[in-house]
Amino acid sequence: MSEGAMGDQAMGDQAMGEEAFTTAAAPGGRAASAPLLGHEAEPTLFELSRPGRASWQLRTTGVPEWPAEELVPAEHRRTEPVALAEVSERDLVAHFTRLSHRQYSVDLGAYPLGSCTMKYNPKVCDTVAALPGLALTHPATPASLAQGWLALLVELEEALCEITGMAAATLQPAAGAAGELTGLLLMRAYHAARGEDRRRVIIPDSAHGTNPASVTLGGYEVTTVPSDERGCVDMAALREVLGPDVAGIMLTNPNTLGLFEEDIQAIAAAVHEVGGLLYYDGANLNAILGVVRPGDMGFDIVHMNLHKTFATPHGGGGPGAGPVAVAEHLVELLPGPRPVRLPDGGGRQSSRQGDEPRPLVDGDRRGPGEGHYSGDHRSLDEVDMRVDAGVGPSQALPAGTVPHPAGTRPAYGWVVPARSIGRVHSWHGNALVLARALTYIEVHGADGLRRVAERAVLNANWLRVRLRPTFDVPFDRPCMHEVVLAAATLRRRDGVRALDVAKRLLEEGFHAPTVYFPLIVDEALMIEPTETESPQTLEALAQAFERIVADASAPGGAERAAAAPRTTPVRRVDEARAARTLVPTFDARP
Amino acid sequence: METPDDRRYSSDHEWALADGSRVRVGITDYAQDALGDVVFVDLPAVGKAVQAGDVLGEVESTKSVSEVYAPVAGTVVAVNGGVADAPEKLNRDPYGDGWLCELEVADTSVLGGLLDAAAYRALTES
Repeated sequence: MSEGAMGDQAMGDQAMGEEAFTTAAAPGGRAASAPLLGHEAEPTLFELSRPGRASWQLRTTGVPEWPAEELVPAEHRRTEPVALAEVSERDLVAHFTRLSHRQYSVDLGAYPLGSCTMKYNPKVCDTVAALPGLALTHPATPASLAQGWLALLVELEEALCEITGMAAATLQPAAGAAGELTGLLLMRAYHAARGEDRRRVIIPDSAHGTNPASVTLGGYEVTTVPSDERGCVDMAALREVLGPDVAGIMLTNPNTLGLFEEDIQAIAAAVHEVGGLLYYDGANLNAILGVVRPGDMGFDIVHMNLHKTFATPHGGGGPGAGPVAVAEHLVELLPGPRPVRLPDGGGRQSSRQGDEPRPLVDGDRRGPGEGHYSGDHRSLDEVDMRVDAGVGPSQALPAGTVPHPAGTRPAYGWVVPARSIGRVHSWHGNALVLARALTYIEVHGADGLRRVAERAVLNANWLRVRLRPTFDVPFDRPCMHEVVLAAATLRRRDGVRALDVAKRLLEEGFHAPTVYFPLIVDEALMIEPTETESPQTLEALAQAFERIVADASAPGGAERAAAAPRTTPVRRVDEARAARTLVPTFDARP
Repeated sequence: METPDDRRYSSDHEWALADGSRVRVGITDYAQDALGDVVFVDLPAVGKAVQAGDVLGEVESTKSVSEVYAPVAGTVVAVNGGVADAPEKLNRDPYGDGWLCELEVADTSVLGGLLDAAAYRALTES
């Protein structure tokens, strides 16, 4: 659920008794800079609009004016002006500042929204992404003049491959679901190249909802495999549905119950035995960062949510990034063009030359030859790539025609893999998000990334044990980075549902947990504290849950819970009505 | 939770009520309660032939999207347009106004293979 998605239409009858202060009462219309009190809805910019008002106007430009008639053909010209909001800069800033004060965000407090990894995003990552050399480079800049950017992309790809135990990666996909679709298209291309027509992809019943959607978009049929009584993939049931028409299986490990799939190696062997591929949904990568690697578990395709695991902004503050890493046998299919270190590049072989290479995974967990940046562990010849040194991804200039600084030869360029499935994003993906992710990896290092996972797991388990007397714990054994509790007993006993608990938590000043997911748990409350919350914050969160449950059994408790949230700018939204009668546009015309 | 005795039930929480060779199909009170507020109902096309267990349609609530399975084999001969227009009927009256579709069934004795009300009650209370 997303509290941020609350609409305003349910507010009309809930505006409290502050008529004396309402902006609607201002002479001549709504006053944009008057304070908002209680539950009054913030007016839209269109409601604040007054004809002729503007933020600022150029006095003279020195640029001669051209009549629109001479520039735009008649059939493309508007017959009346576009209805834009006309507001002063003062009112505009007040509008957005008021909205920002009413928001809840990771910068404000704990955000235990399960499966979303709403960890704090370190400001140093924003600082790096704002460096003019990164932020102001146009994506069409020739590779020879954007060598720093290419180095960043190559190093991020290598770091992600080292962390996941894969051979190569594409950084293009926009976020998790885009990564999933990319992975499914790679799976399809892999089987097609082998002349095989496979139709089914297996998904556990605890899977993220995006998994079946991606399978369908990728042109496959979904086969669901049930979970066993321990909350993991039922091996016997899996063997029953495996066959020569299975293209692969999509798994997240730990799964959505926050539990580690302990049979993962047996699952991998069984799926590979029928010629299928293993897809790793990286939504829960935060739990295993620097500890175990999907590649070592047997996965062939891995997507990562940089906006979750690597702390780039998300949840309204995005965009995200969903790189997809693959095993050796899929490298030639990756989307292109890909940034690469050129084999005969005149520059540095590694921008980290002189640094002691720092492994991102503990030494004893690495395979031979892995765990450093400087090694060219992927031979370009092996994957038959077309190398176009100095040519930007959207350009078709022949190599050598693009100028580069005198006395240097570019160390990085773009390549299109031999049997590439093509582009999955314009330009280089969400590049400034990629810069933030590499910064996060660099400032943590191997030991820091491992501590991220360990503390995320410790925090979730602390809450599991702390909240045992308060909620049901359907799978009460050590969990990973998140814990699934349930309000089933609470609902039976006091008539208070998981949704009510979530809304009550807003009154306590925290963001709500994920509710009603995974679907196989009745009245589920899915809590992911992340590693960035302190023990003091976790205790405060636990006490808030305790107060909510205690109040539920007090006289009038069910009614109070059903009325929550009562203290937030927007109160309980009628989600069903909003979905049944969807009004996606706003019309300010009288 | 209501479970009327006049009809049969599937373990996937559909009900089936025979009237001659026509079998009316819907989802149970237990199912609508578990789904929560229904916001969208996707009904099959009239004329569609289904085997028992085939997907008949989808019910979307504020919590999730669930498939509705055919409790018996047959051909779709009528659908409830009213529930598509006003999905809240499914929550309000799952056994009446909230019915989903009617199947023409060659052999209604197959309904005997479904659960009776007592067996379904036992299933949902376990």
